[in-house]
Amino acid sequence: MAKLKYALFTGCTAKQSTPEQMMSTMAIADKLDIELVELTEASCCGASHLQDYDDFLSLVLNARNIAYAEKHGLTMVTICNTCQLNTAMTKHRLDENADLKARVNEKLAEVGLEYKGTSKITHFLYAIIDDFGLDKLKEMVVTPLSQFNIAPFYGCHNIRPSELQNETHDTPENPYNPNSLDDLIIACGGLNVDYEEKNKCCGFHAELQAPKTAAVLTGKAIAGAMDGNADWMVTPCPLCHLKLDTQTHHASEAIGRDVSLPVLHMQQMVGLALGCSKEELGLKHHLVKVDFV
Amino acid sequence: MSTHTITTQKVNFKVFRFNADVDYLPYYENYDMEVTSEEVVLDILNRIKWDHDGSFSYRRSCRHGICGACSIKVNGKATLACKQSMSSMTELFGNELTIEPLSIKRAIKDMIIDKGDFWEKHDAVKPYLISDVEEHPEHEHLVTPEEAEELNEADLCIQCGSCHYACPVVEINEDFFGPAAFAKAYRFEADVRDDAHTERLQVLHEEKQGLWDCVKCFECQEACPKDVNPIDKITKLHNMLFKEGVATSNVATRHAVGFKHSIAKNGVLDEGGLVLYSEGPSIVKHIPVAAKMFMKGKIVPPWGITKSDNLDEIKKLVESSSTAKF
Repeated sequence: MAKLKYALFTGCTAKQSTPEQMMSTMAIADKLDIELVELTEASCCGASHLQDYDDFLSLVLNARNIAYAEKHGLTMVTICNTCQLNTAMTKHRLDENADLKARVNEKLAEVGLEYKGTSKITHFLYAIIDDFGLDKLKEMVVTPLSQFNIAPFYGCHNIRPSELQNETHDTPENPYNPNSLDDLIIACGGLNVDYEEKNKCCGFHAELQAPKTAAVLTGKAIAGAMDGNADWMVTPCPLCHLKLDTQTHHASEAIGRDVSLPVLHMQQMVGLALGCSKEELGLKHHLVKVDFV
Repeated sequence: MSTHTITTQKVNFKVFRFNADVDYLPYYENYDMEVTSEEVVLDILNRIKWDHDGSFSYRRSCRHGICGACSIKVNGKATLACKQSMSSMTELFGNELTIEPLSIKRAIKDMIIDKGDFWEKHDAVKPYLISDVEEHPEHEHLVTPEEAEELNEADLCIQCGSCHYACPVVEINEDFFGPAAFAKAYRFEADVRDDAHTERLQVLHEEKQGLWDCVKCFECQEACPKDVNPIDKITKLHNMLFKEGVATSNVATRHAVGFKHSIAKNGVLDEGGLVLYSEGPSIVKHIPVAAKMFMKGKIVPPWGITKSDNLDEIKKLVESSSTAKF
């Protein structure tokens, strides 16, 4: 197999509030011999909020990010579900609508760029599953996570809208019963916990506007994992991670029950299985202490 | 000659049963059936009633995906029973299917739910054309095909309730209008004949029940059997709030606008700066969590942010491509 190489769109959180996500992404890419070319020119994707104010501006900025991946001639890999959704949705809308694409390209031309639609956009989780392969990953596991019950938390923006999401990867995902993250847990030697909230919303995007609603959603998600006997949770989305890891106090208050579990990024889980050190994986950056390593 | 063949397979149905008049708690009844590839979910409901238990209750009427009466849940997926083929269900979920009403907590009898909250919210957005029409107009009010396109299929809604009861916010906040009511509001806001624009938008802008409480989970888009795409309509209504000058300064509107300012400044987001811009003085309530995050190396000060390369491009694009004002 030729060496896998992608254009990495880090998103903003990996560089700020979830530094451990950036560290663990690079650590496992190194172990798996995947080359990631960071798109340092990329801007924020608008995080599903900018388009509420200015949809066209959001399209232009996302198209610019994609144009940089196209310049490298590489598939763009995202490590945040919301980056993935916003970028993939921009691609979908521009590829479907020649008039819109022309209007966006008119703007991009002002800075010497063009959106062509030549780069695929996929989340790192699916790049690992589709391109690297879970069988190969399994062979590389040196520390199987066999003593852990691990609750997968998928994050909305990787699984819905399923029609769009399933365009971005080869392995189809059922939004009502997703299995990619479960399969990853199993490949790492862990036991996957089945629970009702695994494909539900964490509330992140309404945290400021509707704190009560958001906190109830967070609480229900952690409680569901705890009731499923999980030792910890794992997620491919840094925004879900932030919500589940940093808001346990509000979540507990909102549902009237103390809820708290360590929440790992999927890169950290893979890193543990591949034998990365806890320093390499940035495990000290969590609010809920990762005390099992 | 068609070569289409009809196949059959065994399916186990776990069916929600409850009669609010006599049952203290709901229960699930098991039915094993041979299902043919030609059947739809409604056929199964009929067979349960006709072949197994005449008391089994559900709503049905048109049998053509128009009336919206027969929407239920199969393995958690909202399903318009008369439209959804059984083969698609077994393909998605295998041979063990759980049949439930759209909302368990609103169940009255088996699949039948009290949809009162749905209709109350539907009515609250004035779901009708508000227009000053002369009593004896000289000619009809023509709508061009382009103008009709602006409805973006919001007029296809059949009020089945699939999206409403799939929405996690509706479940938690009983004041929240929900995706169906928003899509309906958009259907009239986007209609060139409607004159109620700001009047209706003001209701939608209200905190707690309004548009800004949407958590952006896309459950509504996934649930809709008519491809109305309610969350897309929610976004379009957000845009209208700004365009029509209805949006007032609150944490939600500042949050959306704040992204633009942050991107114009750094390319990437200044996470702390965004929260400060959105919350204003209310930021104090975030201090306890922020302090813990700071201790764990999760907060980068404004001067420590790595700005995007080629920032001048981003600044230029924000300048030239902006279409909204606040």
